[in-house]
Amino acid sequence: MKENVVIIGGGVAGMEAAKQLLFLGYTPIVVEQKDHLGGHVSQWNRLFPDMASAQDLVRHLGEEIVDANIFLETKVNFINRLREGYLVMLSNGVSVACRAILVASGFRLFDAARKEEYGYGVYDHVITNADLENWFNGNPDPRVPASPKKVGFVHCVGSRDLKAGNSQCSKVCCMTAVKQAIEMKEHFPDAQIYCFYMDLRLFGKKYEDFYINAQQEYGVQFIRGRVSEVGETLDGHLQVKAEDTLSGKPLRAQLDLLVLMAGMVCNPEAAELARMARLEMDSDGFLRSADNISGIVGSNRPGIFYAGACTGTKTVPETLAEARSAALDIHRFIQGK
Amino acid sequence: MTDFGFTLSRSSALDLSKADTRLYEKLCSLSPDARTCMGCGSCSATCTAGPYSGMSLRKVILGLQRGQDVRPMLKGCMLCGKCTMVCPRGINTRQLILNLCRIYD
Amino acid sequence: MIYEGKQKIWKDYQKEIPDDHWYYVRSCIRQNFFPASERKFTDITQQVLGKDVYETPYHTTCGGIAYHCDAIPQETAMTIVARQFALMTEAGYENYVPSCVTSFGNYIEILETWREFPELEARIREQLWKATRREFKKPKYLAHTSDLIYHWRNEIAEKASVRLIDHETGEPMRMAEHIGCHYAKMFPSKGIGGAEYPYVLAGMIESWGGQVVDYPERRHCCGYGFRQYHMKANRGYCVSNTHKKFESMEPYGIQAILTNCPGCCYFMDRWQYVIAEQTGKTYGKDGFGIPVFTYEELAGLVLGYDPWDLGLQLHQVAVEPFLDRIGVRYDPKAKYLGLNKEDILRPELPTNLKCF
Repeated sequence: MKENVVIIGGGVAGMEAAKQLLFLGYTPIVVEQKDHLGGHVSQWNRLFPDMASAQDLVRHLGEEIVDANIFLETKVNFINRLREGYLVMLSNGVSVACRAILVASGFRLFDAARKEEYGYGVYDHVITNADLENWFNGNPDPRVPASPKKVGFVHCVGSRDLKAGNSQCSKVCCMTAVKQAIEMKEHFPDAQIYCFYMDLRLFGKKYEDFYINAQQEYGVQFIRGRVSEVGETLDGHLQVKAEDTLSGKPLRAQLDLLVLMAGMVCNPEAAELARMARLEMDSDGFLRSADNISGIVGSNRPGIFYAGACTGTKTVPETLAEARSAALDIHRFIQGK
Repeated sequence: MTDFGFTLSRSSALDLSKADTRLYEKLCSLSPDARTCMGCGSCSATCTAGPYSGMSLRKVILGLQRGQDVRPMLKGCMLCGKCTMVCPRGINTRQLILNLCRIYD
Repeated sequence: MIYEGKQKIWKDYQKEIPDDHWYYVRSCIRQNFFPASERKFTDITQQVLGKDVYETPYHTTCGGIAYHCDAIPQETAMTIVARQFALMTEAGYENYVPSCVTSFGNYIEILETWREFPELEARIREQLWKATRREFKKPKYLAHTSDLIYHWRNEIAEKASVRLIDHETGEPMRMAEHIGCHYAKMFPSKGIGGAEYPYVLAGMIESWGGQVVDYPERRHCCGYGFRQYHMKANRGYCVSNTHKKFESMEPYGIQAILTNCPGCCYFMDRWQYVIAEQTGKTYGKDGFGIPVFTYEELAGLVLGYDPWDLGLQLHQVAVEPFLDRIGVRYDPKAKYLGLNKEDILRPELPTNLKCF
């Protein structure tokens, strides 16, 4: 009989790991709280840097793991330590004995309403990056005007924000903002797009090319200054305040739509798992890897492994690479090597 | 008008919505690479005239984006071309300045 | 604007306010600016609502105004505050309610500082003992007087004889609220509704029949800024901030402004005169300004007090058009009659701002 490996989280990390573990001859048991696989990526529209379809990625991964045991709308109730391995009790009544568990519980999008000054949920035309992807996916959103003339993107919403309890950079939002700015300009060629940033952290392959392209081809203007306050005018426009730090002057602008680049925080379920399985949390609020250079996918417990954004903010390719790495480490662990 | 010994101060705030950026757009049509400026400041750092004349190409481009009159700064340029040598985005800064002078004429 | 979004935020910022037994302290400046407001607070709470609200003549400044004017260090303000707490303790109260927003902020700042640095509290206790031989307990509850009027707003509404409704059209009066900076900007969790979308005054307006109007510069400071204003040369900066608010308010047809801070109320009222004289511009209808009320004055109006007993003749901006709209009866000839019908003289009328 093939050996079970429990994968907690059915996002792209869990799916990719399941695919690799199937290949290595195991039976992955994917436990997902939602009613579908793919996590955040399944709600996204296109992925940088090549504007690949997020749905295609999730669909391809899904096709490769049809032989895995997948439990949707299922939670881990508790994890008991056995003499060798673990007993994982699921909310659907199933309990699984296994030698290895992969935690791929991912991140949660920062609740943008907590930055009250931006008025998410209060003003008519303030949305998040996730809302915009949802709109790109063809789902109507009354907050997106029919033909916006001025659109603003606010970088670092809930990221690099000690007051919000998050010191971390969420890594993907700068690039997401550039991507979404371009996409908005494609939807609304007459619109002027502004990106309000503190630093532009465009570290990945071809990201800088995107930035130059956004400037040159799409006329996106990048304003170095964090938006400090948003108000709503009588005709429903947004009035934003920022400092134009490169001019050294306060700046005001009226916008038709404001997109908040909500950052990544650790999925609160990870803390629950940590309590159940005595895993350590890192100082940034994510799970602590065995080693942040050579052991990202390892934990402080034998047989428990990590992949993806449960240990920190990650891009999709980083997440997929970690998932493959974790699958290999699990294989080695079970083989006793 | 009553003299109170003080008057309303003028706000230094820039209003993006009221900024007239037609000059900037015109410049970009002649020098499309103007758009790729990322405000790094290497042009101003290396500028021969800047420390004495107030010229800063970074501020010229930013000022145009904000709809400001940048002619006083422009007058300080000596067209030496040093900024063209340092721009990491490869902007043809000398040509950009000449184009701008042409627009102002 | 999504009202439910604000309601969600308001739910996060509620604080426990005991229903009775308050030790009440007045503001340094309010009795000069709006002389009846504090007196009417005691009238309303004691007589109309039947609450135990106690005050002592031994109360002095809390030191907040001098602290914010850079005239004394915070430690001095702390020792002054320690004495106020001692007076409260001696009177047998544990709920403390200052009428000044800066006082309120000062008290919270001090209590929070003591919580973080207990050794500082110990030193202040020692200093107070050496100087006055007094000891104190910290208040169990600290609220601003506007918190209390908010807390009792529905009781006041039940007893109201006037509602904030245009008695001719039946439409709710369009009102803006303005919160003093020191109320919640320093400690958002201490203010009802928080600091971005405070509910303390909005709740009163809603409860008394009016409509709260939000405008882009609602959160902006009135501009007073203590030491900025106290230097005459800096007053252009103060009035410019008020001007910015009124410019932002202009398209909304706001009929009155409700404030909870001594300085805000004063400056938003008086600066309308200065702006009108300097620019010729007025922000109310037909050359009038927009009246600015304290919450005690507004509570007094809905409870049916005579506007001249509420001290409304001391406002720069004429209040009569507002009173007419909500159907308050008053005797125009009695406006400048003070206590015992004594003539208190008439102010010189401005050139550009219409007044009576």
